[in-house]
Amino acid sequence: MSIRDKIFEIIAEQAMLDVSDVSGDSTLESLGIDSLGLVESIFAIEEEFDVTIPFNANEPEKSDFDISSVDTIVSGIEALVAAKL
Amino acid sequence: MRRVVITGAGTINALGQSVAATMEAMREGKCGIGPLEFRDVERLSIQIGGLVKGFEAEGLFNRQQMTLYDRFTQFTLCAADEAVKQSGLEFTGELSARSGVVLGTAGGGVSTWDDNYRSVYEDGKNRVHPFVVPKLMNNAACSHVSMQHNLKGPSFTVSTACASSNHAMSQAFTMIRTGMAEVMVTGGSESMLCFGGVKAWEGLRVMSKDACRPFSANRNGMVQGEGASVFVFEEMEHAKARGADILCEVAGFAMSSDAADIVMPSKQGAARAISGALTDAKIDRSEVGYINAHGTGTVANDKTECAAVADVFGPHADALMISSTKSMHGHLIGGTGAVELLACIMALRDGVIAPTIGYEEADPECALDVVPNVARETNVDVVLSNAFAFGGLNAVLALRKI
Repeated sequence: MSIRDKIFEIIAEQAMLDVSDVSGDSTLESLGIDSLGLVESIFAIEEEFDVTIPFNANEPEKSDFDISSVDTIVSGIEALVAAKL
Repeated sequence: MRRVVITGAGTINALGQSVAATMEAMREGKCGIGPLEFRDVERLSIQIGGLVKGFEAEGLFNRQQMTLYDRFTQFTLCAADEAVKQSGLEFTGELSARSGVVLGTAGGGVSTWDDNYRSVYEDGKNRVHPFVVPKLMNNAACSHVSMQHNLKGPSFTVSTACASSNHAMSQAFTMIRTGMAEVMVTGGSESMLCFGGVKAWEGLRVMSKDACRPFSANRNGMVQGEGASVFVFEEMEHAKARGADILCEVAGFAMSSDAADIVMPSKQGAARAISGALTDAKIDRSEVGYINAHGTGTVANDKTECAAVADVFGPHADALMISSTKSMHGHLIGGTGAVELLACIMALRDGVIAPTIGYEEADPECALDVVPNVARETNVDVVLSNAFAFGGLNAVLALRKI
């Protein structure tokens, strides 16, 4: 499964939606994921790909990790996974 | 001063998963203590406890709730549901703002600490689930009860080891009595029966390897239990006005500190709490028919407690009954006073005194009527519930038949 598919799956599970209801330009907010759901999603993604996401829940907008949409999360994770290799 | 009554009760413990089941087991003198069953139990020297068996949290709570509810919170929510349902109260508007939650626990989310320490220390993981803190915090159960039942008044958690529940219920009682609140959901819970929890207790060398036999000459220590009990305390006129079924009155309480030793109990500290509760409730000592003892089954507690009772009651100490239901459900530490309050309610309402089971040999240092092994049917009008914690912190409640 690609990184993109896996992330879609994790986010869909967190939002209690079907994967087909998640699109690249969805924001987590639009999927009904609140702040607790966000840190839980980040945890699940870190566990899945064994990466550390530079995300600070105090100041999400100042973090080096863009969570503004599902697409930005996917490209952020792809970069982190690539950096690991 | 306003009077306070109990209009709802709920529980889950080794004897049963409802008040009716628990009282039935107490009446029959059943023992809920048995072999412990969890990971690494073979590495423990203490392998018995009052485990709650057959409790399936997965069916009761959804996935999101499961990530936030430690076992002690799960127990609390089940007990609170039963209690609130029985009371018939619905918390909305002004009543919601004037009703709160005060609960006791000594350890809070012990198994959450245990599981996650295991994961980072033993399994070498470097990341834990984001909800570890909100799951393990001592006030988690209190907060979830408040959210579940829309209780928006004064709410907090009390942690005074084995007296946590009695201190919590004392605070809930005071708040209603003084007019700070109309209704309080109160009691306590504990869930320490996991490898790390029992391992810590082993260290003190106060645990029995075979049974909890309070007041018996051959007693050899305490046995731990788990579970919760939650009650609805309500201002008496409020309860009467809505025609509520009143279980009994909470008549008074007292607290004291031994200011002496971190683990050894003190006769004076216990006696001051017992006599203080009588004074507070304006009860003459001759009226007391039953005492639910702290009765841990340790050599030190039981003889000190009996000496304190003898001191406070004089000749009447030989006429009253005193039993320890820890022999059946184990010592629920911060939740124990709450579960034991059920035996007090049963005594007042049903005229059934729960026995001290496992009693085998008379001890001249515990020469009171400890209701050995078999429950007794008799009428009592006033009862006390003792709790004496490690650290010398004591809390005694007085209850009266309505």
